[in-house]
Amino acid sequence: MKYAGLLVMPAGFFLTIAALVLFPDAARRTAFVVCGFAVVCVGLVVAVRGHIPARGAHRP
Amino acid sequence: MTAIPIPAPEMNSAETALALALLLLAPLAIAGIALINTGLGRSRSAAQALLGNLALAAIAMIVFALVGASFVGGWPGGWELAIHTGGTAWNLLHAGPLLLGGLAAAAPRAQLAVLFQFLSVAFVAIIPWGSGADRLRLAAGCTVAALLAAIVFPLAAHWVWGGGCLAALGANFSLGAGFIDAGGAGAVHLLGGVCALAVVWISGPRRGKFPKEGLSTAMPGHNASYVLFGCMVALVGWLAWNIAGALLWLPAPLAALPITAINTLLSASGALVATFVVTRLRFGKPDASLCANGWLAGLVASSACAAIVSPGASLFIGAVAGVFTPLLVELFELALSVDDPSGAVTVHGAAGLWGLLAAGMFAPQPGQFVAQLVGIAALLGLMLPLVYLLFSILNRVVPFRVDPDGERIGMDLHELGGGAYPEFVIHRDESYR
Repeated sequence: MKYAGLLVMPAGFFLTIAALVLFPDAARRTAFVVCGFAVVCVGLVVAVRGHIPARGAHRP
Repeated sequence: MTAIPIPAPEMNSAETALALALLLLAPLAIAGIALINTGLGRSRSAAQALLGNLALAAIAMIVFALVGASFVGGWPGGWELAIHTGGTAWNLLHAGPLLLGGLAAAAPRAQLAVLFQFLSVAFVAIIPWGSGADRLRLAAGCTVAALLAAIVFPLAAHWVWGGGCLAALGANFSLGAGFIDAGGAGAVHLLGGVCALAVVWISGPRRGKFPKEGLSTAMPGHNASYVLFGCMVALVGWLAWNIAGALLWLPAPLAALPITAINTLLSASGALVATFVVTRLRFGKPDASLCANGWLAGLVASSACAAIVSPGASLFIGAVAGVFTPLLVELFELALSVDDPSGAVTVHGAAGLWGLLAAGMFAPQPGQFVAQLVGIAALLGLMLPLVYLLFSILNRVVPFRVDPDGERIGMDLHELGGGAYPEFVIHRDESYR
């Protein structure tokens, strides 16, 4: 899961870039940039949850 | 590969002298963070922690001078590496002369910008060091600092300050003034917080921090006085940092600088009061280390927006940072089992992110919020996976974590051969179960 989250994060960034390049009008561009940012956040949450260590563990 | 002319706005002599004076005060912010990192660790690792802050800053600045600065650019000479999509050039990296070649002949503004970046790279290097306290080896910390100064920070700094793709969002896509980050909330603090998270993940929690049963073990910092004094020292440096950043990167007129300082003070003050109230309500008494974290979070949030928002907005931004800081520190420790002794992931990462968002929310230019979102997506969505990958590879070569015996006797004895407080009686650690 942790690697899945870390792979999703760049995908979110590239979504924001795609929005800038593909949509000239402000409304759709903003909506897709917000979606891309949300994907980055989802990836971060998945990565953080994937890194929760087992109780009692002290080494990765 | 495309050659793109670098704009070189000039500064008058008064602005140049003021910027230089401010940049000579800015290292106090680094000194404050070093004190805080040391105070929030254990007494048996105090000397190693403070020496580490010095060593990491020194190595980061040397590597940045040798290699990193040439990737940032900002003075004549070299090439811009750009890709083109839909008629737009995405300026990704500069390839300039190594060893600061040609900088001495550059305009004062360009030289001051490089000095600002030198301080910034030292700052970025010590942020993850605090998160790895009590188990991150000095050798590993030094290699992390070198890696950050050679590759990671130059990328971010070029995008944000070196005329790179994020700075050009305004010119290329009419998104406000492009990505705004005058005081380094993104290129320094968000990046530092991201690196801190990667270090914490890779080095793992301290022994006994998360026992098999019950709540996580409290491992309070060994010296609250260091922590709180560090906050006061950091304030002086932060004021200088934010004003110098506004002069260099916006660029703000001299008349706008007092408001930048006032906004920095208001943001930090609002954050401290908010954290004070939140910890008083949650725990019955205000918590000193969390209040220090709140103060720092207010300063970090102000780094993005102190030069462009009103005093009222600055107070609000600081107050919000002060509310979420203790809650997020608690969430990371209790729910997500992230062992971050200095709270850098929250204080630098989350507060930096909030400051950048707030700059977009309160900036007068249309499209600024979208520019800030794109910038955050780049610094978070690209940098965290990149840093995690680089650190994971580095961990195979130079193990991050000290061996169990070193962790038991303390980093001072294990790595330096002597403690920070040789005349103190060291008590048995009750956290080992």
